[in-house]
Amino acid sequence: MTPKALPYLLLLPATVFLLVFFVYPFIQIALLAVTGPEGFTLQHVQTMASHWKFNTALGWTILLAAVVVPIQLVMALSMASIVTRLQTGRSAILYIFSIPLGLSDLAAGIVWLAIFEQSGFLNSMLYGLGVVEQPILFLGYQNIWVIFLAVVLAEIWRATAIVMVILVSGMGLIPKEYYEAGEVFGASAWQRFIKITLPMLRPSLQSALILRTLAAFEVFAVVTALGGTTLPVLMGETFQWQFTLQDRNVASAYALVILAISIAATLFFLRVLRVPKGATL
Amino acid sequence: MTATVENNTPKAVETARSAGRFLFIAAVVLICAWVLVPIYLLMVNTLSSPQEVTGFPKTGIPSFDFSSIQFFISFAGVAKALWNSVLVAVLTMILSIGIGAPAGYALSRFDFPGKEAFRMLVVMTRAFPLPLLALPLAVLFIRSGLDDTAIGLAIVHTVLAIPFAVLITFSLFSGIPLELEEAAWTLGCNRWQAFQKVVLPLVLPGIAASAVFAFTISWNEVFAAAVLTIENRTLPAFLVQNLNVSPLHLKFAGGAAMVIPALIFIFAVRKYLFAMWGIANR
Amino acid sequence: MKNTTKWLTGAALSLTLAVPANAQVLFWSTQAAPIEETQKMRENVLAGFEGGVDFQPQEVGPFITRLEAELEAGSGQIGLVGALHGDLSTYADSWADLSGLDLSGITVSDAFLELGKLGTSEQKYLPWMQANYVMAANKQALEYLPEGADINALTYDQLVDWAQAMAEGTGSPKFGFPAGPQGLKHRFFQGFLLPSYAGSTVTKFASAEAEAGWTMFQELWQYTNPASTNYAFMQEPLLTGDVWVAFDHIARLADAFNQQPDNFVAFPAPAGPMGRGFMPVLAGIAIPEGAPDMDASMRLAQFMMQPETQVATLLATNFYPTTDAALPTDLPASAQALGPAITAMTSAPDALPALLPVGLGDLGGQFNQVYTDTFERIILGGQPIRAVLDEQAGTLRSLMEQANAPCWLPDAASEGPCPVD
Repeated sequence: MTPKALPYLLLLPATVFLLVFFVYPFIQIALLAVTGPEGFTLQHVQTMASHWKFNTALGWTILLAAVVVPIQLVMALSMASIVTRLQTGRSAILYIFSIPLGLSDLAAGIVWLAIFEQSGFLNSMLYGLGVVEQPILFLGYQNIWVIFLAVVLAEIWRATAIVMVILVSGMGLIPKEYYEAGEVFGASAWQRFIKITLPMLRPSLQSALILRTLAAFEVFAVVTALGGTTLPVLMGETFQWQFTLQDRNVASAYALVILAISIAATLFFLRVLRVPKGATL
Repeated sequence: MTATVENNTPKAVETARSAGRFLFIAAVVLICAWVLVPIYLLMVNTLSSPQEVTGFPKTGIPSFDFSSIQFFISFAGVAKALWNSVLVAVLTMILSIGIGAPAGYALSRFDFPGKEAFRMLVVMTRAFPLPLLALPLAVLFIRSGLDDTAIGLAIVHTVLAIPFAVLITFSLFSGIPLELEEAAWTLGCNRWQAFQKVVLPLVLPGIAASAVFAFTISWNEVFAAAVLTIENRTLPAFLVQNLNVSPLHLKFAGGAAMVIPALIFIFAVRKYLFAMWGIANR
Repeated sequence: MKNTTKWLTGAALSLTLAVPANAQVLFWSTQAAPIEETQKMRENVLAGFEGGVDFQPQEVGPFITRLEAELEAGSGQIGLVGALHGDLSTYADSWADLSGLDLSGITVSDAFLELGKLGTSEQKYLPWMQANYVMAANKQALEYLPEGADINALTYDQLVDWAQAMAEGTGSPKFGFPAGPQGLKHRFFQGFLLPSYAGSTVTKFASAEAEAGWTMFQELWQYTNPASTNYAFMQEPLLTGDVWVAFDHIARLADAFNQQPDNFVAFPAPAGPMGRGFMPVLAGIAIPEGAPDMDASMRLAQFMMQPETQVATLLATNFYPTTDAALPTDLPASAQALGPAITAMTSAPDALPALLPVGLGDLGGQFNQVYTDTFERIILGGQPIRAVLDEQAGTLRSLMEQANAPCWLPDAASEGPCPVD
């Protein structure tokens, strides 16, 4: 086995697998977006782009990701740092922190709806404390920013654990000697975090950010549960065209938009958090 | 880990440290509450009678009415669906790590033409909505006999889990200095032995973590499961996919029915998840 | 390698689980999806079928995907499809002809049988069960009823006054409307609002009369609970008390009556200047051409039409028989309350029945979307009514021409595609 062939050999199973079970169906679907009865056409893309909901759906999707992902990053970093500093109860705390891993977005939507709905837990609490005389309607269609906030909270609650676990496993690989050296030179905890943890964590940060951002672009179930169609998102529109309107061509065009912004975000993270080959000591 | 080690520090520093310690504990408690309170509320509604679920104001204390949860447990075929779910999830775990980890290693250790293209391919699988892919996949599976098998569904779930497996193992391998491996080579190990003896023990906990991802992705996936399994339904396809149109109290019970096994699973594998901390102190 | 052995064991396990031959008939349905209804369909309705039935209700996404995959692959497991008229008409070419089925001794509504032909000469589907939309009110709401109004002969103007009185009397809007993503709002516009005001669903879509209808609805919306855009099943906000008066599909109101029979009343949909428009719901059963066991599928279709099955289906789903099956006297509270409301509506002197869309094929979803978009733009978006109606009329016109669908009731019959004035 020549060293040159080794990487390709290692990639072979994954490549073959993805070619058969992803690329093959993907091409069939992607072609739908740009073909019509007479061959190539941009008509479906135009139908999508000129639909009155397209711009708002694109805008909300990007805004949601832009708000949710940075907050999650900060929270996940804090949570991971907390776990590394814990002396006692570490495994119990880490278990609690990682509980949302096991939750589907469907369950998350149900739970947060139970909190925010008119006869829900939040109103029950406010009412019980005498803050309000009758339940407030939080998720009404006029309060689009409240719906947005509720979706942000639910997404942060549901999906921060994923980022955290990736970062925790990355932090575990940073040699302890680095921190000891930092202490010897009188670096404060904050300085050690900035100068040692963050740079050493770059590979994990990159993976976590890419995976989380892509998932954020596909947000759907939680948004539907909390906001109905008031807060349109790209994935919701894709479903709408595919299954309700049964226009697979336009649905496919929407899916390609999701793909395009995902690729753009991925390239961004790959450039910003460039990881050198086999990090050196 | 320094705050409590030394005890001959000056007073002022000590008060500052105890204030910091207090803030630290407060943060831990706050985050735990943030994670647990919604789960608690889900359980409250699950263990309440239908009237209480729709009633107002809510007390936030369960009345331990088991009728909703009992409805699900008594559903014919739940046990088989649970078994199918576990089977598919385990197969997904094995497939995605078996296929993804070598790719992650290659990405972290070698520069080669086509690297970026491969990375993009992996990312694309995560960026394209699965419900659209389900139709051509279902046609393919019906024609090839993979339809309605655990392995068939596991393959689809593996497509979803592979980006996690590849990217996480990539970042793990990248975090291990190449010099460690090189040192082993100079000591007479070949590439495989060096990997096995030096790298593998270090990354195993991380790999376990990405296996947990694969498991939970498969566990919670509803759409492909509903399309691609008939006889061998998984639990979400069996119970959860019609929750949207079911009465409120059953929505909660169904949600809980899905969450509880997942929590038990995470609890069961926590020592692998947490073993990564053994490494930090190496 | 450890992994390989694991993989092999796993693969072996999965192979033992893969049982290809399915003796039961797979009943693939969009109906009876709420989980309690599913349970009742399996235990009370289908358990009596010899050979067994695997009843699998689905959400629309998986339903369509699996069905299309089987149709495309030319083989599969689905033995019987149960869905609404609109869903079934999408795949008219793929259904086996059921006209040879022996239904002796059973009288099926002729109008429904005609709909089941989907504009062809074959019986593409059999009318399986029917339902309707009515209004439901919390009894507390009755004290706000405007003077002189009779809930069994309500007009839309009186409904607006009523909703206003409730909003002002209680301090919060108490009228509710299923405008959520899973709500059936489009049916209200197609079958109730427009027929009542314009006497038409399609042709007079953008008429001055239709404009008056939307103006009324805009006014009503001021006294409508804004959470309505999240509602799918009005029984839930009725039970929580967030809503006191609501319009919805009977199956989506039933739980309120079953849980608290003494607190609610059911009554007909209101009337407009042209009459009391209403539109039935029709679900049908069809058999794909490639069904694995055509004989068993046919037997199951026949079984579904038997009087006992039809009554059991009513008890399980709150959908009424399409046949002359005699109803028992000890019906559940929901059927006791909702049945008379439907009768009062369909037999009212000003009754104005609207039929389900015919001949739209797979454009049915986009047809519904015209009405939903009109609603979202006028009511939620606050756009000017005239401009929105003119623009949406253009979309509607091109849909009708694309489908080449002639008019259906209450629109007057047309030569060629139904015109949109």
